[in-house]
Amino acid sequence: MTAAAHKTDAAAASPAMLEVSGLAKTFTLHIQGGVRIEAFRDVAFSVAAGECLALVGPSGSGKSSVLRVVAGNYLAQHGSVKLRHRGQWVDMATAPHRRVQEVRRLSLGHVSQFLRAIPRVPAVEIVAEPLIRLGEERAAALARAAALLARLGIGERLMQLAPATFSGGEQQRVNIARGFIAEPPILLLDEPTASLDRANRDTVVALIGEAKARGAALLGIFHDADVRARVADRTYSLAKETAR
Amino acid sequence: MIPCVSVSFDADADDDDAGDGEAPLLAVSGLCFAYGARVALADVDLTVWPGEVLAVAGESGSGKTTLLGCLSGELAPQAGRVGFLTRDGKRVDMHRLGEAERRRLLRTDWGIVRQNPRDGLRLGVSAGANVGEPLMVLGHRHYGWLRAQAGDWLDRVEIPTDRIDDPPATFSGGMQQRLQIARNLVTDPRIVLMDEPTGGLDVSVQARLLDLLRRLVADLDLAVVLVTHDLAVARLLADRLVVMKDGRIVETGLTDQVLDDPQHAYTQLLVSSVLQP
Repeated sequence: MTAAAHKTDAAAASPAMLEVSGLAKTFTLHIQGGVRIEAFRDVAFSVAAGECLALVGPSGSGKSSVLRVVAGNYLAQHGSVKLRHRGQWVDMATAPHRRVQEVRRLSLGHVSQFLRAIPRVPAVEIVAEPLIRLGEERAAALARAAALLARLGIGERLMQLAPATFSGGEQQRVNIARGFIAEPPILLLDEPTASLDRANRDTVVALIGEAKARGAALLGIFHDADVRARVADRTYSLAKETAR
Repeated sequence: MIPCVSVSFDADADDDDAGDGEAPLLAVSGLCFAYGARVALADVDLTVWPGEVLAVAGESGSGKTTLLGCLSGELAPQAGRVGFLTRDGKRVDMHRLGEAERRRLLRTDWGIVRQNPRDGLRLGVSAGANVGEPLMVLGHRHYGWLRAQAGDWLDRVEIPTDRIDDPPATFSGGMQQRLQIARNLVTDPRIVLMDEPTGGLDVSVQARLLDLLRRLVADLDLAVVLVTHDLAVARLLADRLVVMKDGRIVETGLTDQVLDDPQHAYTQLLVSSVLQP
């Protein structure tokens, strides 16, 4: 595996918000004869406040798995994922469950590739939920959610519906709004522009720029080279010697 | 013949302690239960924190329902402790309390939602009386207040308040389950046990009930132990998930982590056996 970080001096002076070192992930498929599949190993990088680091590498090189381990959604076999949370370092790889939940609520946003719709819950409420969990008053949270969805081209009528029947691009925009609304200090983005048109891509690029400007640390996967060039300060390459 | 030995009881030194000084509401250790020679629970440890929804998943016969019975004290385990943190900050073992004190604590602090609402309701008396009765047991006597509380709770569980005088025998299954939930929550319990609360309901009725439960649990900051074989229900409602097999806990973790990156062979089998949990 080769791994190289090309650093520009854009964010060199800012404090690190996320430090990953020696990270390795292997899946053991017990019900398929115990076959082991390595997702990635020896992954190490850091992301500073106000900076966006893009993970790059071919399909299957483990980019999404890295994001999921950082979010605590996957378990790592080796290494540490240190996040700055309320002024302290928390290692997501070893922290107790309740600490991981607290980090997710207060310090970490995760825009995954697919929205998990909840029956009967309107899009605007799905987006407002992270704010409400932070203690924001319900009406104010809903108003902010509506404004953000409108900015992403989800109309007033659509946002009052449960997104189970939305198109892929509409669901993705709901997911993006939910990730950005609470302005988390650390934000993980898994192909946030994959199924968006030009105008909405530009909106997401603008949202990323605003997040960086307020000091957020962003770690993302951007297949679209144009988007990546516009948002990323550095790239980190996950390359496999052998295809899986 | 008891197939396991009792282990030391050190609830507050739980390995999931986040170091914030908070203590688990429920701290269970070394729980063993056998029906004759058949082991239903073998050395079960678990914790439930205030405001947390813990799902217990596993197939039929894995010990889920026996576990709920042992938590509330309806079943007496052969070994182990069920440590409950009382409102005045003392930890009591539900199985070492006197019967009167245990019953008092169950009335004030616990709710128990049965899979079949007919087991948790009094079918012959009105819906309003079903909701008001737990309050009367706690000593409330003012009829107007009791009726207002009942009406308020019927509304919260989306039962039309003009059905307040109808007996639940005339309700649909989904309405009966919502009524049972109201009957359990009206006393402002601190922990609620739920045994397959959406089992046996149509999918659309399930969705409505799940949405209702999700909102109530968040609004009331309830701790819940939810037994379910439905991993999608666990995904929707639970903060943490415990997977049981043959009376043992084989895996525990944050719900999304256990479902998306299951470690144990049995959990992998469960997750891979359903369509999109």
